[in-house]
Amino acid sequence: MHEIGDWFQRLYETTGLNFSVFYDAYDWDRYFGGLKMTLLLSVTTILLSLIIGAVGALLQGSPSMLLRLPVNAFVVVFRNTPPLVQIFFFYFGLGTMLPAVEAAGMRVPLLSNVQWAIISLSLFAGAFNVEIFRSGIEAVPRTTLEAAEALGYTRLKAYVHIVLPLAIRVCLPALNNNLVNLLKTTTLAYAIAVPETLYAVKQIWSESQNVFEMMVVLLATYGILVGVLVWLMHRWERAMRIPGYAR
Amino acid sequence: MKGAQPEHRLAVLLPYRPVPTRMSVRIGPLAAAILGFCAIMAASTAWAQTGPAVLSPLQVIVKWSPLLLRGFAFNILISLLAMLLGTIAGLGLGLGLLSEFRPLAAVSWLLTQFFRNAPWLVLLFFVMFLVPFQVTLFKTTIPLPDWIKATVGFALPVMANVAEVVRGAVRSIPSTQWEAAESLSFTRRQTMWLIMLPQCIKRMLPPWMNVYALVAMSTVLASIVGVSEMLTLTAQVHAAEGGRPELFAPLYGFALLCFFLYCYPINLWTARLERRFRIR
Repeated sequence: MHEIGDWFQRLYETTGLNFSVFYDAYDWDRYFGGLKMTLLLSVTTILLSLIIGAVGALLQGSPSMLLRLPVNAFVVVFRNTPPLVQIFFFYFGLGTMLPAVEAAGMRVPLLSNVQWAIISLSLFAGAFNVEIFRSGIEAVPRTTLEAAEALGYTRLKAYVHIVLPLAIRVCLPALNNNLVNLLKTTTLAYAIAVPETLYAVKQIWSESQNVFEMMVVLLATYGILVGVLVWLMHRWERAMRIPGYAR
Repeated sequence: MKGAQPEHRLAVLLPYRPVPTRMSVRIGPLAAAILGFCAIMAASTAWAQTGPAVLSPLQVIVKWSPLLLRGFAFNILISLLAMLLGTIAGLGLGLGLLSEFRPLAAVSWLLTQFFRNAPWLVLLFFVMFLVPFQVTLFKTTIPLPDWIKATVGFALPVMANVAEVVRGAVRSIPSTQWEAAESLSFTRRQTMWLIMLPQCIKRMLPPWMNVYALVAMSTVLASIVGVSEMLTLTAQVHAAEGGRPELFAPLYGFALLCFFLYCYPINLWTARLERRFRIR
């Protein structure tokens, strides 16, 4: 670890390229903290959005109009409005309306900015996931569902055990795209001062005056994060492949 | 191992049709407008009785709507300019992707992947901080206001997305057409410009419009880097009205409504074009 730091220190002294994150412990801590926050945001929003997508797609296929309509309205509204405005609407608009709670002698909002960011980003990506899962479900033939019914499955059981596993397999490429998009959208949490990578890096470059170098670090970070996510999704896709079913 | 697998396909699944833009909802734009309006009305009634000195949220919105709508028009202007720039650059990059000259194709591929995978906000910061505020060309100084830089910042990801759209469309044309053109002694460039691209326009239109809807929604990011577009103005209006916390929801709701009314028809139209072009 020390060698890396020394190397970057020497690079700064000889060329003027100031990659302060790699030799300055304080900057590194901030950057690392930002990275952890980005990972936390990404993982929780990905999981929540998948749940929202699965439940939404189930409700969308329900025979009851009362269940279908709210889901449809949710999908249409969240797909066609800017995610940043959604975050502001949730954090400022709804966040100020909720009652504050007493914590450690101070009045703090019921939900912190990190929690609001997770909620609004999950809803945004979830709206896309509902549509993706829906088109996956449409790829499952009626006959499969009828066969399940004949075996005595209830609607919910058939959905969980038969339709969803098949649907996930067909819609994985589209899901992949959306999740990469979600990872990129987590940067918007910057706007409500969630200390994620972009926020941390911005702080570092305004103090250390190394905009260009930190910009390179920032782009490389997101490049690697997206790369890892795509790799994981491709592995999952391969593991979930249905034998004999070549597309 | 692979060869041993049977050739027949199991009829487990129907072909997957990614229809991300297809709207299953039957909410017309007009009904949506009325719904949104009612929501704001409902939100405002709660504070309607607070007295004559304090404006209700609805009155605040009506009072400031000329300014806010001007900000929204600015958003649309930025999105249109970014789309124009991005489409021109993206067409070039897409042709580069399809080039037979390997190094050019490799460089184009790298650029496309880079600009597609970087977050929009990061690219925006990239352009805002690393492009100077004025450029001196032949002793004349051209100032670059921040909104022009923001437009360029949005044009970069658009370029990469359009390049992919172009590549996908050209690849989707049967290769027999290339052979036919070759046998008629068209050069590669002629084949591309006279035969391939004219056919591709129809295929490219729906995804291109999708990209446009994305750009239109992304223009609000410019408020983070200090361009005075709708969201910046919304925050300023909120401050001008005394910073009452109950005004946040209606004001940002109004911004949501504006974007919804602009983007939803585009989306519906895209879906319609997609459906029409699929059946041939």
